[in-house]
Amino acid sequence: MSNILAILVSAILSDNYVLAKFLGICPFLGVSKKLDSAVGMSVAVTFVMLIATAATWPIQMYLLNPNGLDYLQTIVFILVIASLVQLVETFLKKFIPPLHKALGIYLPLITTNCAVLGVAILNVEEYPDNFLAALVNSLGAGMGFLLAMVIFAGIRSKVERANVPDFLKGLPVTLVSAAITSLAFMGFQGMGG
Amino acid sequence: MIKTFTNGILRENPTLRLVLGTCPTLAITTAALNGVGMGIAATLVLVCSNAAISLLRKVIPEQVRIPAYITIIAGFVTVVQMLVKAYAQSIDETLGIYLPLIVVNCIILGRAEMFASKNPVLPSVLDGLGMGIGFTAALVTMGAIRELIGAGTLFGITVTAGSIEPMVLFILPPGGFFVFGMLIALANKLSGGGNKKEFGCMGCAGCPSAKTCSEANGGGGNE
Repeated sequence: MSNILAILVSAILSDNYVLAKFLGICPFLGVSKKLDSAVGMSVAVTFVMLIATAATWPIQMYLLNPNGLDYLQTIVFILVIASLVQLVETFLKKFIPPLHKALGIYLPLITTNCAVLGVAILNVEEYPDNFLAALVNSLGAGMGFLLAMVIFAGIRSKVERANVPDFLKGLPVTLVSAAITSLAFMGFQGMGG
Repeated sequence: MIKTFTNGILRENPTLRLVLGTCPTLAITTAALNGVGMGIAATLVLVCSNAAISLLRKVIPEQVRIPAYITIIAGFVTVVQMLVKAYAQSIDETLGIYLPLIVVNCIILGRAEMFASKNPVLPSVLDGLGMGIGFTAALVTMGAIRELIGAGTLFGITVTAGSIEPMVLFILPPGGFFVFGMLIALANKLSGGGNKKEFGCMGCAGCPSAKTCSEANGGGGNE
């Protein structure tokens, strides 16, 4: 049990997927301008990470590995994730319209989000014999993404009002703020083992 | 023809001007040599997938083009992965998870969507090659800066490590963000502050999910 907790904490804080592993930088920079869209995106990412792991981990362990097809990992994973995202979108649209209205717009963006594919691949590499640990790691990765997005959305709204030199406007100053945010997260290093 | 080739290296450098493929750029540039490995792997995939997609551009139906492109790209990534595993073990170890993640590198899908799906094979190959070299050049530059300041070496050869204490921070994640920001600022400055228009959603011109991304931003409320 403590092991599971350690995985969760380290995935959220010390091994934060965005700020320490550099996965999912595009949405981190692209959709963090406003707090509510940052939250929406992160919730959608967390959700997709969970179902992606729930689908790809058994495929790798019970289908690809026993048949010596593990070299197909990349192709199979990306196709499974892409079709899952499509499926979830259709399902939400049909059965839970309010949720589709809130998250639907972020779902197409997630297919090409490297954090999702990254989590799926890292999970089969790091937790090949523990499905629960893999799921907890995905949950932690998603929550870490949410935390980073929310903090960063707050920082960006302040930076936007600051007077920055012309050539630093836009992306460069955003990246420098990301550097400082990432520096803060380094303080968690060593936590959670 | 030559313009198609040089376009990707300077004017539309995928990393510094279009700001695509940020994840590998930040993650693997802890040393200049890693940049070379990543750059070559991505260039190979880019050239092959551009050629294949250009050849198939009249066959692939409009509605399912993105999944089709992703499948083609994933196929070539797998080939590159196997080649690297067989012939360049050390590169495989340093690139780690970022090697399979070339699949979701938006430079490759972006070029498929923006260029290869509309142009004949030869220009598409040249475009892929130019973009790949531009990507490699940016990675090596950034890797060299971070390696020199952060470890005092360059391509593994000691330069300043003996005389000046290296600032380890530069090869850690915060240094990645910082150096990348400074390089983009420099590129903007050198191109005469050419980026007058606000990066609403940065580098989105070449990104396949640009439309959804800006909708997601706009749907958020005021502005």
